[in-house]
Amino acid sequence: MLKALHKTGLVFFPAFDWAIDPTHPEREERLLYTQDQVTEEGIFDIPGIIEYKPMLATAEDIRRAQFCVPDEAAITTESHLISAGGAKVIADAVMNKEVKNGFALIRPPGHHSMRVSHGGRGFCHINIEAIMVEYIRSRYGVKRIAIVDTDCHHGDGTDNIFWHDPDVLFISLHQDGRTMFPGTGFPGELGGPNAKGSNLNIPLPPGTSTEGYLYVINHCVLPVLNEFKPDLVINSAGQDNHYTDPLTNMNFCAQGYAELTTLLKPDIAVLEGGYAIEGALPYVNLGIILAMAGIDYTGVVEPDYNPEKLKQSVSITDKIKKTTAQINKYWSQRFQMREDAGKPGEIQIRHKEIFYDTDNIFERQKERVRICKDCGGCFEIDSQATPGFHILGVHIPINACPACIEKGYEFFDKAVENKYHHVFLMDRPKGNYHIK
Amino acid sequence: MIIGLDVGGTHTYAVLLSNQGVEKSVKVTTNHADLFSTVLSGFTQLLESIDPSQIERAVISTTLTTNAIIQQTMEPVGMIVSAGPGIDPEFFRTGEHYYAVSGSINHRGREKASVNEMQIQDIAKKMVDAGIEYVGVVSKFCVRNPSHEILIKRMLNKYFKKIFLGHHVSGNLNFPRRIATTHLNAAVFSLHKSFFEAVKKSLTEKGLTVPIQILKADGGTMSLEASMHFPGQTVLSGPAASIMGAIPYAPEGQDAIVLDIGGTTTDIAFLVDKAPLLEPVGIQRGSYKSLIRSLRTDSKGIGGDSTLRVKDGNLTIGPDRQGPAMAFGGPLPTPTDAMVVLNVMDTGDREKATAGIETIARQLGLSIEEAAEKIFKTCCTIILKKTFEMIDQINSQPVYTVHDFLEGYKLSPQKILVLGGPAPFFAQKIEDLYQIDTLAVPNSPVANAVGAALARTTCEVSLYADTEQGIVTAHEEDFAEPISKTFSEDDLMETAYTLLKEKAINSGADPENLEEVEVVEFQKFNIIRNFSPRGKIFRTKMQLKPGLIKGYETVLH
Ligand SMILES: [Zn+2]
Ligand SMILES: [Zn+2]
Repeated sequence: MLKALHKTGLVFFPAFDWAIDPTHPEREERLLYTQDQVTEEGIFDIPGIIEYKPMLATAEDIRRAQFCVPDEAAITTESHLISAGGAKVIADAVMNKEVKNGFALIRPPGHHSMRVSHGGRGFCHINIEAIMVEYIRSRYGVKRIAIVDTDCHHGDGTDNIFWHDPDVLFISLHQDGRTMFPGTGFPGELGGPNAKGSNLNIPLPPGTSTEGYLYVINHCVLPVLNEFKPDLVINSAGQDNHYTDPLTNMNFCAQGYAELTTLLKPDIAVLEGGYAIEGALPYVNLGIILAMAGIDYTGVVEPDYNPEKLKQSVSITDKIKKTTAQINKYWSQRFQMREDAGKPGEIQIRHKEIFYDTDNIFERQKERVRICKDCGGCFEIDSQATPGFHILGVHIPINACPACIEKGYEFFDKAVENKYHHVFLMDRPKGNYHIK
Repeated sequence: MIIGLDVGGTHTYAVLLSNQGVEKSVKVTTNHADLFSTVLSGFTQLLESIDPSQIERAVISTTLTTNAIIQQTMEPVGMIVSAGPGIDPEFFRTGEHYYAVSGSINHRGREKASVNEMQIQDIAKKMVDAGIEYVGVVSKFCVRNPSHEILIKRMLNKYFKKIFLGHHVSGNLNFPRRIATTHLNAAVFSLHKSFFEAVKKSLTEKGLTVPIQILKADGGTMSLEASMHFPGQTVLSGPAASIMGAIPYAPEGQDAIVLDIGGTTTDIAFLVDKAPLLEPVGIQRGSYKSLIRSLRTDSKGIGGDSTLRVKDGNLTIGPDRQGPAMAFGGPLPTPTDAMVVLNVMDTGDREKATAGIETIARQLGLSIEEAAEKIFKTCCTIILKKTFEMIDQINSQPVYTVHDFLEGYKLSPQKILVLGGPAPFFAQKIEDLYQIDTLAVPNSPVANAVGAALARTTCEVSLYADTEQGIVTAHEEDFAEPISKTFSEDDLMETAYTLLKEKAINSGADPENLEEVEVVEFQKFNIIRNFSPRGKIFRTKMQLKPGLIKGYETVLH
């Protein structure tokens, strides 16, 4: 009889009544055909596969991960809150050991949403993975978490949120930023001074096929995970690497996604992008679900699948090998790089410009971080959006040392109120969020 | 006047109802080895001294198909399934004569791989050689495009007595369940057919010539003729009969719990504003999952005759039954004995009951009276615990739209209706323990026969319109029509209502009972190619709700 080898939890929230606009790729029927396929396959009847109802994420949940400007209500809809809440439900099921692993098939996605969010970027308003990760850390005290973002776009929001965090390893595989939104995610982007090497960005050339993806997983991601020894592995399971995706130029397939999932063994997978809603999503999602549940997925093949046509060129293979070698070198030098990044107590400044393609907002940031060898270091972000608000967000990391806690409050106290619309303080050790 | 007959696990009840109420009722011991003579004897006794020409309607509910499944006396039938991409169809094997074949249809109903006629011919020969007479044919996504099933049927027709097709079973998606359901229909067909033909013949001989209606698992009825195509729908109509029997006593505009407490088991169900709650997909009992529309019921292995035991100082009740209560000559003490001891029940041999409860009392270190009280209370607690678990489960069902998430209906029953032999005794205790208004359904022993008698015809249609492909379909009804780009939501609803009415009349519905129409599901989606709209997909499910026929609402009060 058909039975899941691993107990697998699913949250399926297609949000059939929510869209960015009627012809936008992120629209009502994005998961319609996936729902048809998984329903017709009888997925929810398989013993060992458990479907959970999502819940609403709260402002408190978001405030562990992001500064929403001017506030949470202004930039989210119920769909965003249910999507983030769905990720939380899966996290609970996995952490409480009701299931071995879980997959949240939810929309809208979140991985382009950064620490400060003024609105929609790349179809994302709030970062559902980051909200889930911070929830897991607060609720269950998990220390080391690895997020592997396999969406075809650089997971720049998640990258940004964990930029200074040495306890969260963020690895993003994506189509080369020179050819794609958001245009970032190059190998040299390795994380802040206190966390160098805990962000790994692996750009892949257009035309990368299953062979290339699995090469990176086997020769870089798995060895790195092996050394990092995370307590939890999360997969930002974007499905826009598919050979039929209208927004990207890659040659990945459903079997490849299922095999990637089998190799990566994520505790939690969260759906991100993927806009080939008819020809790819139904098969890719089915493949991932079966792989997570430990059920044979060899029958999950797109009707028009032709491996010959999708083969990658030798030059692509060479490029991928070179990038992989480069990333592995960075990874091996990470502690030295952190050592060289600056002196403890010193404040380092970074300037950043961010464009919100969904909401047409332009944001300028000035970030000041305290160099620290004992924790991720506190930081403040001065953020001015046009059109929009001027705010200051201060973050004290969850495992902050006493010096960084003190400095964080100093940032907050010194902020001149009449200069900003709002000043926020995210005190993660105490679980407080202050606004002035 | 109308007749309701319900074949129960122990007894078969038949009632004659007029618009004055229950005119007559009879009780026959169920003989599972010979259900035919049980049914016939029920009718014979009921019709004694009644003029058969006064009867306008007769509804039968039997355990025939349920027994065939439980006792695995279903006939070996052939199954041909075509799966296309996805889970290996070998997992859904129904028996020896099961063949997975090539051919594939995708989720939009487009053919992706054709049927291999040579392969089908080859399989047909093998099945004929094996002596197979009935065959089921199921293809994945046949609900969207049944052409492969129809083609295969055409190729098989000349070899077999009857061929059952997956797309006729249900408009719902679920390939494994569709395979199981199609198989069930094929496998119980000849049993069902010979049984009901014999019943009909005998009744005609008695002068009863009204169309016979059969009760379905969803608490609705269908004509005998309609039942020949879907004999599987009669499975578990027993619990459905009793739930329908509780409806006259259910509160209007409120939720209610129905508990049918029998000798061995208790069936639990729910009514929302006098309408029973249905299973979301189809009947599911243990590992058996189907697409058969059914009332949402669950059975708990606890009843008046459940065996009492003490294990490690703890009292256990059921799930087995070793015979009647000791008060009625049984071998072991039961909750019924506790009720006799407590004087809540004044029949049976009180001495024997006391002796039985005494053995339990000794092991628990309690007085006989205390032990009996504990047993009775534990019994109620177990039943109610399961009930509340079901409510939690129903209320935590996943939803797929923001609207449903925010507006999700929460079941919160304010009344309990109890049926079954010991109903009156349990009702009082449950009310005392849980402070919920609890009522023992009057005429409780015959309530299920009354439920069968008063049940109205139900049916459901599922429509799917795709303006890009220019077609509206209800494949379950063998309906497909071309549509234009301007096909609207209103057009869809109108088509659905026409089909629903037609289906209901064909299933034997009284034209006066076609008003309880409900849109169960509606969805509308754009089809976008290269960022521009190409058409719309509409989906709807419309049903005639289960409920009682008109004209008898007040009869039972
Ligand atoms: Zn993407
Ligand atoms: Zn520090």
